[in-house]
Parts: sequence; C-alpha cells; structure tokens
Amino acid sequence: MFETLTLFENSIVAVLLLCVAVSIIGSLMLINRYGYIAASIAHGSYGGIGLALYFGFSILLGTTLFAIFLALLLAIITYKNPQRKDTLIGVIWAVGMSIGIVFVDLTPGYNANLMSFLFGDILMVPKEDLVFMGVVDTLLIIFVVFFYNRLLAIAYDRDFAYLRGINVKFFHFLTLFLIALTVVMSIRSVGLILIIALFSIPPFIAERFTNSLKSMILLSGILCLIFCFTGLYLSYILNISATAAIILVSAVAFSISFIKAKR
Amino acid sequence: MKKQIAIEVKNLFFKYDKEYILEDINLKIYENEYIAIIGPNGGGKTTFLKLLLGLLTPTKGSIKVYDKPPSRYKTSIGYLPQRVNFNLDMPISVKDIVLQGRLNSKKLFYEKEDYKKCDQILEKLDLKDLKERKISQLSGGQRQKILLARALVSEPKILILDEPTASIDIKGQKEIYKILKELELTKIVVSHDIKILFEGIDRVAYINRKLFMHENPNFGLKPAEGHFCEMELFDYLRKNSDV
Repeated sequence: MFETLTLFENSIVAVLLLCVAVSIIGSLMLINRYGYIAASIAHGSYGGIGLALYFGFSILLGTTLFAIFLALLLAIITYKNPQRKDTLIGVIWAVGMSIGIVFVDLTPGYNANLMSFLFGDILMVPKEDLVFMGVVDTLLIIFVVFFYNRLLAIAYDRDFAYLRGINVKFFHFLTLFLIALTVVMSIRSVGLILIIALFSIPPFIAERFTNSLKSMILLSGILCLIFCFTGLYLSYILNISATAAIILVSAVAFSISFIKAKR
Repeated sequence: MKKQIAIEVKNLFFKYDKEYILEDINLKIYENEYIAIIGPNGGGKTTFLKLLLGLLTPTKGSIKVYDKPPSRYKTSIGYLPQRVNFNLDMPISVKDIVLQGRLNSKKLFYEKEDYKKCDQILEKLDLKDLKERKISQLSGGQRQKILLARALVSEPKILILDEPTASIDIKGQKEIYKILKELELTKIVVSHDIKILFEGIDRVAYINRKLFMHENPNFGLKPAEGHFCEMELFDYLRKNSDV
C-alpha cells in the first residue's frame, strides 16, 4: 500500500496516522490522568531499543515487546497500588532507559545515534513503520468506537462503572497496552522525549473547548494536524528540525490557550 | 405480612492493615425501609457502604443482598458517591453522566429506551434544561442532583447514598431530602447532617467501629428541637447504645 510513496509523501501519511493516534490515546490519557504512566512507557521503552541492537533483532519488534511488557507491569502496579504509583512509575521509567543505554554501550562497534530515538525524524519514517501505524490506528478506532460508553464511564467514576458491571480492570490493562503500541509507533516520527508533549498538548487544548469525549478527540486530531503541518512548513523555510518545530508550534498554541483560559 | 429482607449483614468485620475499622456488625434492612447511618468522622460509615456495594471485601462475616453477595447484585443498586466534584475538567455533559446509570456489561451502545429513561429522570428532578451542559458549568447542588439522577435512572431496588447533602446550601439540602422522602424503594443514607433524622427515616444506625441500631429515628425529639449539637447527639447515642 505504501510502496510507491516518496519520502515527502511518507511524512504526510505519517503525520495523518500519527494524528489519529494522538487524538484518541492523548484524550484517553488526559481524562484518565495517565500522562505520567505514558511518559514512563515512552522513556522506559528505550530498553527495548538497546536489547534489539545488542541481540540483533528488529528495533520495531524489540521496542514493541519491551513497551508492552512495561505497560503490563505498570497496569498491575497502578491498579493494585495506587497510593505508591508515582514512585514505582518513576523507577520503571529510569530502569527502562538505563537498560537501553547499557545495552547500546555493550553493542560491539555500534555508534548509536541516541538523538534519533529521542527526537525522531518525521521526514525519515520507513514504510514498515507506516504499515505498523496503520494497524495501530485501526485498533484504536475499533477500541474507541465500540467501547466509547465504557471508557467514558470508567474515566469519570471508576467505582460507579464497576457497579454497572463493567470490567474496569480489563479496560485499564487494555488502555495501557494500546498506549504502549501508540508510543512505539510514534518513536521514529516524533521520538521518545517529544511523544508526551504531542500526546498532551492537542487534547489539553481540546478539553477546554468541548463538552464530550467525541468532540475532544476530533478537535485534538485537527489541532495535531495543524501543529504538524505548520511545524513541517517552518522546518522547511527555516531549515530546522521538523520534530522540534512541531513541538514548538504546539507549545505556542498551548500558551495562548492557557492565557485565554486564565482570562 | 412478613417483610422481605433486602440486606442482611452477619458478624461483619473489616480491617485496613492491622486495625479493625468495623467490628461484629449485624444488621437486617427490610424492603422499602429508609435507613440513616450517622456517626463521627472516621467511624467507618463510608467503609460500611463500600462493603454493602461490594467495592470492598469483608475481613470476616457475610453480607447478603436479596440472598446474593453484593458483587452479584450490584447492578440493582443505585449509588451516589460522597465526592461529587471529581474530574471537573473532563468534557462530559449532564446527559452523558446520567446515561452511565443505564450501562451494563452486555450492551455496547445505548438504546432508545435508555435515552427515554434519561429524559424522564431529568424531567422528574427538574434538570432537563441542564441536559447538554458541561459538568464544570454547574453548581455543587446541581452536580449532586445529577449524580442522584444517574443512581435512579437504572430503576434500582436499593438506593445507597453517601453524604448526599454534603457541601450544598440549605435550599439544595431540603430539595434532596424531599426527593428522597418521595422515593419508594429501600434507601440507605450516610450523613453527617443530623437534620436527616427529621426527614421521614424509619430507623437510624450509629456507626463508630460498631453499629448500634435505633428504632426511634429522632429519639423522641420534635423537629423544632432538631438544632441540638452533633456532639451532644453522639454522646447521647454512645450512652444509649446497646454496647
């Protein structure tokens, strides 16, 4: 499907696919207060990159498996031990990254460009990643369409959702699993460090101007597209990093919305 | 005619870590009874409600709701939580909150009947004009009524309310008490507000680690005398409870 695309067209498709995921997962992250958990998965998943390089298997596979492992671990911790979750999330964040750094150091003859994983490059997204992004987006759309009412009820009042017979634990695990997949699919386009900014800013702005999760997701997606294409344009005319430009555009919009809300 | 038992609690104990919060609780609540649960802060009132709802598991003893464990009867219980000011930033409308009371594990989407019931309960509680409003745009009293509507829209057999009049003004409190008085179902209300003793309840349970049931809900006091201080009442209850 994506074989005949040029590098530039690749990046356009990557932006579109990224914005679908950002709008859905970012909105769910925000209403469930999962931002710190997602940041932990994003940074901890660097361990998967290190392991993949050291043992010589696909980076996409290594990161995916490691991120899923971290997501399940975090799901257990945050569900069973909500009082101490901040500390435990922080530990997983640091340990995951350290595993990655150690294994990259141990990989013989490999001069890893850590910056490429930390900041990504939306102009260099390989075609195999586009396929993966398409699959993750499809799963996310199915997830949010079919379970919309349950997801909304759990985010608003977990105890009440449980009393209505909803399997709260299952959805907690499933949501973190999908956050892990979304983090992995975004690594090469926006990088580990900047994933959280892009996942947080469009939904945060959208939350203030909408009165339903549906419209929040839709507005987040539109804002994400505007930030990404404006950032890409600025990177082209100013000859600067595309990812950093996207995040800075988002940050300006974030500041404006914040000031507007204060008034 | 013999009254049907709605809830039966036998030799119930509950502890957090090593400390017992509730000890040897025995209680029968009959169908359509209106029970108030009062007691000092930290006395175990909310814990007791969470046990009745199946949100917590007893350390010892048993709870039966219509002869079933609470976890198997939970969808027939309407619940109003103590905290109503949570997630105020969330983009959610009044209608979406009330509809949550129609959720169940079998259906993925709401049906026509659910929307109809939602409209009916909003109309009944005089909330219809707020239907599309975002939760953050409402007052504390309005939020309380919306969560009451969410508890009632499922047409429960038992209604459990945790501090339904907390942090709302006198007018709002009167309105909530009036609505509760008119509802014909089993009602259990935890309250720190002793005015509830004059609002048509059948029996009052005083919980302070142990539970003492009083058959005479206002202790022979006339409503006009209902301004006595909470501490005096608790002293009275402590002295007059069957320890």
